[in-house]
Amino acid sequence: MNTVVHSGAEGFLHRFEGLRARLPGQRLAWVQALREAAAAQFRAAGFPTRRVEAWKYTDLRPVSDAAFDEALTILGDGDTLPAPRGERRAVFVDGRFREELSQLDGAGFAVGSLAEQLPRLEGRLGALARPAEEPLVALNSMLFEDGLVVTVPAGVAGGVLELRSLASRSERPAAFHPRHLIRLEAGASLTLIEESTGPEDTRYLHNPVFEIELAEGAVLTHARIQREGVKGFQLGTVYARIESGATYDNFTLNAGARLVRNEIHAVLAGPKSACHMNGAQLLRDGQHADTTTVLDHAAPDCASRQTYKTVLQGKSRGVFQGKIHVHQVAQRTDGYQMNQALLLSPDAEIDSKPQLEIYADDVKCSHGATVGALDADQLFYLRARGIPEAKARSILVEAFLQEAIEGVTDETARAALDSAVAGWWEKEAA
Amino acid sequence: MLRIEGLTAEVDGKPILKGIDLEVPTGEVHAIMGPNGSGKSTLSYVLAGREGYEVTGGSATLNGVDLLALEPEERAAAGVFLAFQYPVELPGVGNANFLRTALNAIRRGKGEAELDAMQFLKLARARLKELQMSEDMLKRGVNVGFSGGEKKRNEVLQMALLRPSLAILDETDSGLDIDALKIVADGVNALRAPDFAALVITHYQRLLDYIVPDKVHVLMQGRIVQTGGPELAKQLEASGYASVQAAA
Ligand SMILES: Nc1ncnc2c1ncn2[C@@H]1O[C@H](COP(=O)(O)OP(=O)(O)OP(=O)(O)O)[C@@H](O)[C@H]1O
Ligand SMILES: [Mg+2]
Repeated sequence: MNTVVHSGAEGFLHRFEGLRARLPGQRLAWVQALREAAAAQFRAAGFPTRRVEAWKYTDLRPVSDAAFDEALTILGDGDTLPAPRGERRAVFVDGRFREELSQLDGAGFAVGSLAEQLPRLEGRLGALARPAEEPLVALNSMLFEDGLVVTVPAGVAGGVLELRSLASRSERPAAFHPRHLIRLEAGASLTLIEESTGPEDTRYLHNPVFEIELAEGAVLTHARIQREGVKGFQLGTVYARIESGATYDNFTLNAGARLVRNEIHAVLAGPKSACHMNGAQLLRDGQHADTTTVLDHAAPDCASRQTYKTVLQGKSRGVFQGKIHVHQVAQRTDGYQMNQALLLSPDAEIDSKPQLEIYADDVKCSHGATVGALDADQLFYLRARGIPEAKARSILVEAFLQEAIEGVTDETARAALDSAVAGWWEKEAA
Repeated sequence: MLRIEGLTAEVDGKPILKGIDLEVPTGEVHAIMGPNGSGKSTLSYVLAGREGYEVTGGSATLNGVDLLALEPEERAAAGVFLAFQYPVELPGVGNANFLRTALNAIRRGKGEAELDAMQFLKLARARLKELQMSEDMLKRGVNVGFSGGEKKRNEVLQMALLRPSLAILDETDSGLDIDALKIVADGVNALRAPDFAALVITHYQRLLDYIVPDKVHVLMQGRIVQTGGPELAKQLEASGYASVQAAA
């Protein structure tokens, strides 16, 4: 492990010293212990450098070299919230729950702010997160201020819940570290549409951690739309534990931010459970997006599907790392992983590292990766039919993304993704 | 009227077209025949504006419009349609969406109103029926998994929808069974009109029994070496290109 202490890490540790008494849960011994342990872990690890294997392709120096302050939230005059995607929405500004902007009435399940519910979260907060292994999760554990807590009781169909994160405009770069806890009890279901945005002219760090627990037969659709401002950073980590017969369906769209890491640790913990992790990364000049998945097949008869597509423009860089670990007990595992990149510019770069570790003998596991440019013959065929070049290109890029997006069957989630992709194109054409 | 004068073009620095002179008056259908590698597809690509086919001299105009100065999509808007010898597969692009996007692009160019999904479907169904094609074709990816003959029919379907003023059919008859050949020929004949011209590239005289050409041209080694009436095709069928070579 790397023990060099970076100035950026120092800054956050300083902040922790100063904020300690004001962070939520300061009177709860278990919260204090959790924060102190995380601080020690973060102090020891610092920000990961590229010498750390899991960070080989993503250089965090733009984040670790910067100094971040506590967010001083002021929603600017121009900031208006777009219409909600569903009936219920939880809004977070700079990582803090904003009740007056949220609409959670009549949810039929428990949903609210983590800061408020903290006294009742002992044993649940931190059940899945691994701050000792992931320094950014240690950073989150040390400094979390708020988050969303959702508990859908057994058998309840929770419908659509929107989780909206905004960063506010500020002169000094702000950092926020929300911790979201999602629990679906046996047979419950929920569609969680998470969208993160921020101003285009402000540097900030959004460092969310999700702990997702799906009991027997529960079904969670989790659509993540990352459209952070072009100077923003999002370093997110999702932990999901999937019990027997349950399904976790994650789709992540990375279309914003200067640098983003989408890290998912999913464990298929019970037999006949399923995990779908799909995503698209749409990158413009200067952007860096990293999707890293770690999937544990820890029970028999489980299925996993991963399809990630990256489209790169200008001097952008994409990373996909996908590890599938099939435990010895995980017989009759059905695993599939595909990652494909479309390079629209000679200056763009993609790194991809699939990794299969299989310890069971009766297993069907396949993976593949492709990198290519737009096909000149296809482009000419479209143009020869009168379709203007820009439109022809967009048709081919959409076709490229199709396979990843078509897996999103929830209508609201699908509409949200389609409009986010279309929005990316409109900006492209402008 | 399509007017080609002294057209020369090269691919990868290799001269392929070596001075083509050709006129297809509006309302007429001309056939081009010629041995493999003589430059027939090259001519069709040059007219449609494919990248990598570099025009080194001469001109090509359609109804006075300088085609060579236009982008491929602008040529399509000007009325040029190329039925590809090898239609391209577009996985992930639905055929219906593709056809409607193309049709609306052409209609926009002509200043006509765009068609919504319902209006398009009605029109597309009518054309499908004429071409005895199944409606399933609309739901599939463009040319994806289509048989050779289905791909060719899909080209003709596009032509029937886009109603070009100049259709260039590059071996659209190759790979078609006898019934399909007849259907495709009917599709072309249906477009015959005083404001329509076609250039039909083929190796087989049989197509020309169905689409009777006003003229037949023989292209060899990048030049039109002989021009005649429909009887020229029959003569070639009987005695091959050796006789032409001798004459040329
Ligand atoms: N991309 C290319 N690179 C090099 N040579 C090419 C290229 N495209 C075409 N050619 C050459 O140009 C010549 C003419 O080819 P073209 O496809 O126009 O012939 P054709 O008359 O259509 O033949 P066919 O009847 O077989 O379809 C051939 O010698 C071919 O090899
Ligand atoms: Mg040819």
